[in-house]
Amino acid sequence: MTSAEIPASGSGPIVERIAAARRTARRLWRLEFALVWLALVLGIVWVLAATGNVDLEFVQTWTPFILGGVGFTLLVCVSSIIGAVVLALLGALGRLSANPLINGLASFYVSLVRGTPLLVQIYFVYYGLPQVGIILDALPAGILALSFNYGAYMTEIFRAGIQAVPRGQQEAAEALGMPSRLVFRRVILPQAFRIVIPAIGNEFIAMIKDSSLVSIIGLQEILWRAGTAGRPILKTIPAFLIAALFYWVLTIIFSFFQERLERRLARSDVR
Amino acid sequence: MTGNDLQPAGSLPPHVGDVVLRAREIEKYFGHNHVLRGVNLDVRQREAVMIIGRSGSGKTTFLRCLNFLEEPTVGWVEIDGVRADANPLGARDRGHRERVRRLRLNAGMVFQEFNLFPHMTALGNCTEAPMRVRGLDRRRAEELADRFLAKVGLADKRNEYPSRLSGGQKQRVAIARALCMEPRVLLFDEPTSALDPELIGEVLQVMEELAHEGATMIVVTHEMHFAREAADRVIFMEEGIVCEEGPPEQVLNAPEDERTRRFLRRFLNVE
Ligand SMILES: Nc1ncnc2c1ncn2[C@@H]1O[C@H](COP(=O)(O)OP(=O)(O)O)[C@@H](O)[C@H]1O
Ligand SMILES: [Mg+2]
Repeated sequence: MTSAEIPASGSGPIVERIAAARRTARRLWRLEFALVWLALVLGIVWVLAATGNVDLEFVQTWTPFILGGVGFTLLVCVSSIIGAVVLALLGALGRLSANPLINGLASFYVSLVRGTPLLVQIYFVYYGLPQVGIILDALPAGILALSFNYGAYMTEIFRAGIQAVPRGQQEAAEALGMPSRLVFRRVILPQAFRIVIPAIGNEFIAMIKDSSLVSIIGLQEILWRAGTAGRPILKTIPAFLIAALFYWVLTIIFSFFQERLERRLARSDVR
Repeated sequence: MTGNDLQPAGSLPPHVGDVVLRAREIEKYFGHNHVLRGVNLDVRQREAVMIIGRSGSGKTTFLRCLNFLEEPTVGWVEIDGVRADANPLGARDRGHRERVRRLRLNAGMVFQEFNLFPHMTALGNCTEAPMRVRGLDRRRAEELADRFLAKVGLADKRNEYPSRLSGGQKQRVAIARALCMEPRVLLFDEPTSALDPELIGEVLQVMEELAHEGATMIVVTHEMHFAREAADRVIFMEEGIVCEEGPPEQVLNAPEDERTRRFLRRFLNVE
């Protein structure tokens, strides 16, 4: 039933009138919400225009070139998040291990990576590793650095996720005679994954932006292209604005999917 | 029957067979807390043994020591010829771990909190260990699972996830899951204590049927009616020792031990 069918003076049953009022209130709320966004965006555009930073000719000429970096950014991010998940899983297993050697290795990794800047890590992988004979192209070097960095942060997330699986799950599996590897792979890990999926989504969105740092080693992603386009003709601010807009839109798109995924997980049969 | 069996108190019921489970001198410390102070138990084939006693008397701990979910501090357990001794190294001793795992294959366990695997259907819960631990092929495992799901009255729920089942249904699936390993003995730890009162009956009914069909079982329970109906032997525990044991008529109706009498008096008053 649409609100148009509800008599304005309210002769219908009380339940329907309340529902209609709620719907109207909700619509109004959404409208105001959208207006706030619109006003803020227009405000920013106005400030930019007033300060002479909106150069339509530049935008027209260079947007396609900068847009070409989106694919590269996504390639770097998707590869790195996969690498990071693998490292985080190993890291979490290490941090939960009773073996002092394995646990020590894992905690050293986490501490080292979390204690140093990502930028330094990228430099190190690209310029430092060749000194010990490991020469990597910019793309694998960037992916490696990002994977290592995010893997360390996500180690803690995975560890918490594994520990959040109720103890009774492990006991039930062990009581069935399952050896510990099987218990982990078939019972603990699938449940831990469901717990950490929202957190992986957050990390991915953070990574979209952090991936801009690999422009420093010449990877032709969004930020590198913006710099390359803007710098020679002293148009760095418009160029970086375009780049910023792309990052923003990317994160909005992924947040949208992430929200849907989370809602589906929350609703699913599987807890 | 071998020489090291315990002498049964009174005459054995005619339907019981040879000893399938032996527990000797089980002691358990949690830190300085001496929870089990030397418990001995022989359980014969087709025998239903019910353990009663007040909260905190060590019933759960004892049951969990039988399949080494709790590592006993002293003593040993033998089920169907597989013996595991209390081991101070516990999980770090590979040989011990494997012995415990083989011992568990013959001891199905049903938990107070069900502990079903939430990411698997009822059928999946029942086929997981038979396929991956016993090595049955899918067809055989599903046949077995369907048979036991039908036995607990849940044939039509085979494809449901646990979150879609009531507490009583969950516990019945958990019983079917344990039965699918075709263990020599079933261990139940207060299987109805987490259930809403109106769901207790359906679970007790399944257990009573199992007992009458000759399943070997050890049940920690507060359901005195059930114990009276289904038990071949009742054991009263207090402060980590067995105070009294014997046929249900004797222990529940004419207890000899003062502590048993006090417990039953208070318990039946509360009931
Ligand atoms: N994991 C544990 N760590 C420390 N103490 C425990 C643990 N489990 C049980 N206990 C203690 O052991 C005693 C017996 O507990 P339990 O076996 O659960 O008794 P029951 O099942 O008869 O109620 C209690 O005093 C309890 O506090
Ligand atoms: Mg208990």
